[in-house]
Amino acid sequence: MNAEDAMSFAGTWWLLLLVAGFAIVLVYALWPKNKKKFDEAARIPLEDDDDGGQNIEIDELSGTETTGHEWDGLKELNNPLPKWWLWTFYVTVIWSLAYFVLYPAWPWFGGATKGLLGWSSRQEVTQELASLRAEQKTYWDNLSQIGLEEIRSDPELLQFAMASGGAAFGDNCAPCHGTGAIGAKGYPNLNDDDWLWGGSLDEIHQSILVGIRSVHDDTRDNEMPAFGRDEILDQTQILNVAGYTRSLSGLETPSADLSAGKELYAEQCVACHGEDGKGNTELGSPDLTNNLWLYGGDLPEVIETLTNSRKGVMPAWDGRLDPPVIKALAVYVHSLGGGV
Amino acid sequence: MAETATQARYENEQLYADHKKVYPQSVSGPFRRLKWAILALTLGAYYLLPFVRWNRGPNAPDQAILVDLPNQRFYFFFIEIWPQEVYYLTGLLILAAVALFLMNALAGRIWCGYTCPQTVWTDLFLLVERWVEGDRRERIKLDESPWSISKARKKAMKHVAWIAIAWWTGGAWVLYFADAPTLVWQLATFQAPLTAWTWIGILTLTTYLLAGFAREQVCTYMCPWPRIQAALTDEEALNVTYRIDRGEPRGSLKKAAALEAKGKPAGDCIDCYQCVAVCPTGIDIRAGIQLECIQCGLCIDACDTVMRKVDRPTGLIGYDTDFNIAAREAGKPTHVRFIRPRTIVYAAIILIVSGLMLTQLLTRDDFGLNVLHDRNPQFVRLSDGGIRNGYTVRLLNKALEPRIFTLNIEGLPGARLEVIGIDTPKSASPSVEVGPDTTRELRVLVFAPPDPARGVSTPVTFTATNLASDDVLRTSDFFKSPGD
Repeated sequence: MNAEDAMSFAGTWWLLLLVAGFAIVLVYALWPKNKKKFDEAARIPLEDDDDGGQNIEIDELSGTETTGHEWDGLKELNNPLPKWWLWTFYVTVIWSLAYFVLYPAWPWFGGATKGLLGWSSRQEVTQELASLRAEQKTYWDNLSQIGLEEIRSDPELLQFAMASGGAAFGDNCAPCHGTGAIGAKGYPNLNDDDWLWGGSLDEIHQSILVGIRSVHDDTRDNEMPAFGRDEILDQTQILNVAGYTRSLSGLETPSADLSAGKELYAEQCVACHGEDGKGNTELGSPDLTNNLWLYGGDLPEVIETLTNSRKGVMPAWDGRLDPPVIKALAVYVHSLGGGV
Repeated sequence: MAETATQARYENEQLYADHKKVYPQSVSGPFRRLKWAILALTLGAYYLLPFVRWNRGPNAPDQAILVDLPNQRFYFFFIEIWPQEVYYLTGLLILAAVALFLMNALAGRIWCGYTCPQTVWTDLFLLVERWVEGDRRERIKLDESPWSISKARKKAMKHVAWIAIAWWTGGAWVLYFADAPTLVWQLATFQAPLTAWTWIGILTLTTYLLAGFAREQVCTYMCPWPRIQAALTDEEALNVTYRIDRGEPRGSLKKAAALEAKGKPAGDCIDCYQCVAVCPTGIDIRAGIQLECIQCGLCIDACDTVMRKVDRPTGLIGYDTDFNIAAREAGKPTHVRFIRPRTIVYAAIILIVSGLMLTQLLTRDDFGLNVLHDRNPQFVRLSDGGIRNGYTVRLLNKALEPRIFTLNIEGLPGARLEVIGIDTPKSASPSVEVGPDTTRELRVLVFAPPDPARGVSTPVTFTATNLASDDVLRTSDFFKSPGD
């Protein structure tokens, strides 16, 4: 028996026990033979009084009998419950009986009784969701039919795409990229204009679709060698390359030999990062000349990147999210401001 | 001694009073005519106003008074109110309260006696009752008589007429919330929305119960105004008053003649109880000012009629002040003063509040600009070292035709502003078209070049310029930078 079964077992039996216990009390209380006993019990409070509750006192002014309770000369009148109150109470009793029959109420094995109306809270949620989906259907249909650029030029559709894309982003992307899409070390900031695989609507859409180093057939993938781990370069060479790389964005590294680093860069890095270090979004190789670093621009971080390589991953969302949702996501990410 | 007095009070005074049905008798006279005129005017306005048309052009409804809940607009002839301007309602409520105080300072509860919906509808229901069942005596007799076919017929007729009026009352109410002719057609063909039926039902029920059965009990027990009014009134306010100095000792004409024959003074009041018979709240005005009195003046009409018949001067019951009652008793001259410190203060408050509201209404902008800075991220570093901030900008166009606004930012040297979804050359300011009577929400990006001197937070001003009129609206916000 697992925890869930134990819980539902206990729930059912506990409720049944309560109902049975209550029924027994009720039968006991209404049993004709017990009437006298209960009448006597009802008089106990009155018997606390000096006269033992024998003489029922009648209040002079109102002519109503008193309960015999007295506080500083004030006596409590034994008035019956107001009729409107009593009738309201009876109506609630009848109401509850109707409720028992119409709605899920009685504990039973395998869950409570279903009730004649067949109502359930889950079903209600399902219906509400279905009606919401129906309301949004035109928008989703439009999203799947028209191109990404067209979405951007239709104010109403753009607003819908940004809202629904934002929601999808919160559900699926925020765990890594953050709720404001500012990313973190190793997780790109999607607000800025620095893109590994390109920041146009189509490129963003493609990245979301196929993922990075994912299991998708067309996944975006590249291979930066782990220069240190695979012993392509030694530690001094790595230091020099790191120094040269940092110099491309204006950072100084006094301990490094920049000209040696430049030579090594020309040998090892140019193919992907380019002679000017501007990178190549076709290959997903980062621009080394700006001051935005995915894994940090401090010397130890750059040396670590060169030594062991990084290889971030992102799942492919093709097949996991509906095509129009992915489109909305692309529009949303693009409108964060960094899109080009 | 003290105890017996308390006991005596206990026995004589009941805290609970059984309802005694009031059978007001019909009466004629200037106050009754005034009440009929006000009834016709107020009910006419209430029932007919939804049908008054007001042309606002093609992009807005043409109903003069319309509470458009789905689109969150309130139309009143030439005025259109958006939800964020609901403070006008606060102003109206202040005006209504102070106007009530002013009326009270001048002439007591004239609101209650003439214009209060409870009074007006009760009057209308009484008219129906009188028309079907006859006047006071016949109604009392009918109620006391055993059930018969003619009694049942009369009662049924009365209730049917009442319910019809009540239904009409609820029906007119919902017309203020939708296009009136359309809704009338929908109601006639049973296609109206459920909300309309529900509200008509609720108001039918309340009108039927309040005007048909609760009547004066609403004024005596439910309404807070009589209690507040009693605390607000002063000795200079006009109230329906019995001239006790002239009327007493009261007695029939015979008695008065006998007294006069003996050379003793006799009052003008002939104790005919006409003032009690016509009173809609069933009180005797000769007992002095009472909480139940709604000051409708019907007893004045009744008394004047009788006085004319017995050839005595009218005005035994009339609008008079507490001050004058005391003055007459003391043999001092009487006066009626409408201009007093409190009436001046009330009038001044009314003038100030309505003046403020009117100024605000006439000078309000017909477009608006709201700016909300992104919370996350506060700023974004760009690859060229520049900084970008994101904002949600909302443009409100309250005009009934589409308009174009250009957006700009001031206070940030070299800054550039971009609107998502609107392609603009980098040197130009983005122009945004906003539809008639709508709000458009935009995502706006502001780019600033690298500047080490800029602090973490720079005050900036967003401007929206109405292209057609060159009017400019400004809204302040901040531009956030890393500050390093």
